[in-house]
Amino acid sequence: MSVFVVLYFACLIIASCLAAFYEKRGPFILLFSLTLISFILGIVGGTGALRFVAIAAAVLAFAAGVAFCFREFLVVLLPTKIGKELKTAPLTAAFGLFVIFTYAIAAIFAPWIAPYGESEVIASSFAPADENMLLGADQLGRDMFSRIIYGARNSVGLALAATIAAFFLGAAAGLLAATKGGWFDQFMGRFADVIMSIPSLIFALLMLSIFGPQVFVIIVAVAIIYAPRVFRLTRAVAGNVVVMDYIEAAKLRGEKDSYLIRREILPNSTAPLIAEFGLEFCFVFLLVAGLSFLGLGIQPPTADWGSMVRENATLISFGDITPLIPAAAIALLTVAVNFVVDWMLFRSSGLKE
Amino acid sequence: MGDILGLVLKRLGFGLITLLIISIIIFFMVELLPGDIAEAVLGQGATPENLAALREEMGLNKPAFVRYFEWLGGAVVGDFGNSVVSGERVSTLITERFINTLFLAAYAAVIAVPFAITLGVIVALLRNTLFDRVANVLTLTSISSPEFFLGYILILYLSVKTGMFPAISSLRADMSFADLLHRTFLPALTLVLVVTAHMMRMTRAAIINLLASPYIEMARLKGTPPWKVIVKHALPNAWAPIINVIALNLAYLITGVVLVEVVFVYPGIGQALVDAVSKRDFPIVQACCLIFAATFILLNLAADVGAILTNPRLRHPK
Repeated sequence: MSVFVVLYFACLIIASCLAAFYEKRGPFILLFSLTLISFILGIVGGTGALRFVAIAAAVLAFAAGVAFCFREFLVVLLPTKIGKELKTAPLTAAFGLFVIFTYAIAAIFAPWIAPYGESEVIASSFAPADENMLLGADQLGRDMFSRIIYGARNSVGLALAATIAAFFLGAAAGLLAATKGGWFDQFMGRFADVIMSIPSLIFALLMLSIFGPQVFVIIVAVAIIYAPRVFRLTRAVAGNVVVMDYIEAAKLRGEKDSYLIRREILPNSTAPLIAEFGLEFCFVFLLVAGLSFLGLGIQPPTADWGSMVRENATLISFGDITPLIPAAAIALLTVAVNFVVDWMLFRSSGLKE
Repeated sequence: MGDILGLVLKRLGFGLITLLIISIIIFFMVELLPGDIAEAVLGQGATPENLAALREEMGLNKPAFVRYFEWLGGAVVGDFGNSVVSGERVSTLITERFINTLFLAAYAAVIAVPFAITLGVIVALLRNTLFDRVANVLTLTSISSPEFFLGYILILYLSVKTGMFPAISSLRADMSFADLLHRTFLPALTLVLVVTAHMMRMTRAAIINLLASPYIEMARLKGTPPWKVIVKHALPNAWAPIINVIALNLAYLITGVVLVEVVFVYPGIGQALVDAVSKRDFPIVQACCLIFAATFILLNLAADVGAILTNPRLRHPK
């Protein structure tokens, strides 16, 4: 029995005793079941498994702490009305906001944060990490850390541009279909059904094979693939608004379609649309990352997370986790956006009841 | 019963029309190429004679409509023409790979479906407890990760560090079935992880939706034991959403397979598609896209038909 194991169990048992003493039921059950599971885990996996649990718990606690601090920071900084709303946000949502904030900083200030240029060769290929290079070098000897920072700009920027394009296309069509109705509405609905019945990755591959992997083509392809989803939601949301009496009144006043959409329908359907934007961004981001992983996204030497995974994949077979870092960066951002969207959806559904 | 048959037939007809429109899209998208296929294949340095010869060979001199119907007629009987790059028949190149892909998807589905639905029901029954929250965060993380991230993590820990499973799923014809399962375990597990998360969330939502309905509350209030509420009252109505969840996720599996196949160098149709896209081998791209789209539509169709067939209100008309 090493000191670590003794300390590990002592901490868990003291913590569960404290939880039981202060009658905190949830934490107590969690802590004590963790203690019991740790007995089995310790026997099966040895000290290594327990160490893994301890590290995981520490990481979780650290993330929770960061999220809590960031939430308080935002509450203090923002005006009271938004601050009050934020105070009720769960820690997961606060963590999501923090991650999005960090990525935004990295993307905007990439040239100042990154120690080396995006495609600057500074070492031999696959050189291990040293004091100059935080994460080592990639397959051409470029600094991995700098490329990840620049990747935030390229990968996220591309996904964001594509999402915005899809969103404008879909939302405009949806709002127009809801206001106009009739054959236009019917036609757009059927058209959206057809596009949505082609798997998105397959459709994107088809378009890229024809027009070649260029940034513009990717944005257009993604816009065409994801606009129908936005269209459906916008159509459904706006459809509920269009039947309201105040729309009828505006129509009788002789307002034009553009006025109806801008001043009457849009302000009353923003909340679900914003949540949808986040969700849509996740899908688009994963699709674009998948495309660049297949070598059909942003072309080298531009740093891009998806293609960085592919280029350095051989390192995996030597037990090196470097190629997983850009992949983890993709996953972290998607998780973060999902957390925030989850909270927003919960809030908007809670308001309805 | 006539009602149900009518509904099913209508749905089938609609699916067929959708497939037809998609085949039109797939075929005429390639026509949008700047120049034509022959120029795209031969590239800048092609002589006019070579171009003319290739056009003649591929039948590009005929009008697009004629070629579309020829292509569609061939596709219906499984003939997709010849590969532009190697000149081999597309059907021989693809058939075996398609069977491999179906095997992988089926392997993943056999594990994922029972597992995910059981977990989904458990999570729905334990909703708003700690277990539910943890499951929510875990499934959300799994959904949000790109497939290649999960795939490489599995390779790192189950293959490189512990050596339990092979990282590359090369298949041979003379392998025993157990060997086959062992070799394709990692790609299947990756798919299982992604699909299980999706399915669990959808099952949970469907069951919670159902448990909130008034007739369940009625059953509870009259003192029916909880298991009986689930088995006799909730389950008959839950089949439709659950079948829907299964079919949608199988459809997802079929497309999710593309990235996983590339990660594990699995000889499936997804990899054939990716290779063909980078080589601009259009007949193969068209064939693969059509096959994927058809499978996708078929599964969505199965979801709808299943939902119709298991709807108690439709089975017992008033």
